Amino acid sequence: MKIRVRYFAVFREATGTGLEVIETGAASPSELFSECVGRHPGLQKYTASLVAINDEMAAWDAQLNENDEVLFFPPVAGG
Amino acid sequence: MSAFEITGQPIELQVFRARLLDRSCGAYVQFDGWVRDHNEGRKVLQLEYEVYEPLAVRIGQDIIQEALERFGVSHACAIHRSGLMELSEVAVVVGVSSPHRSEAFEACRYIIDQAKIRLPIWKKEHYESGHAEWVNCQRCAHHE
Repeated sequence: MKIRVRYFAVFREATGTGLEVIETGAASPSELFSECVGRHPGLQKYTASLVAINDEMAAWDAQLNENDEVLFFPPVAGG
Repeated sequence: MSAFEITGQPIELQVFRARLLDRSCGAYVQFDGWVRDHNEGRKVLQLEYEVYEPLAVRIGQDIIQEALERFGVSHACAIHRSGLMELSEVAVVVGVSSPHRSEAFEACRYIIDQAKIRLPIWKKEHYESGHAEWVNCQRCAHHE
């Protein structure tokens, strides 16, 4: 299935892109992130802290569906 | 105006404060977060905030609502900056007004603490050395 993946801050710089559409069999954000690390070795040294699906915060074991947009957030540091 | 906003422009503190004025309130607590010239032994020249605005605004509004309900204060608002910022600029402001001071202090603290943990906002520091680095909030790393 097709999934849109968005990267922010340090992830965007590590992957060289803010958005990519990938064909994946990943069942969850957790599996998808591992796949993204495989595609972008620069991501390897980082840990994603939060994930959102279609602009809603989600669990790492949530189910992914065709055309979902998955947002991987590096640890945040607002304020 | 919304209770929580993101802006790329300098924050006008007098305008912000005026939004929280209320004759039934005897206490007003405001927290300003400033751009500091150092971090972990390094000289900082500039700060840059990357914000994922759709979610930041929604989560920010949730945090304000939680503070209103949890502490029973009369009004609460916050504004967070995005983009490149110079030293001593106001990066974030939180304001709370209530009849008495105790709950205003608590609510203000709650809002800024939650904002730092929950908002999809990332901070990049530009150092005197010419390097720039994203600052990580390690205690927020949950993914295993």
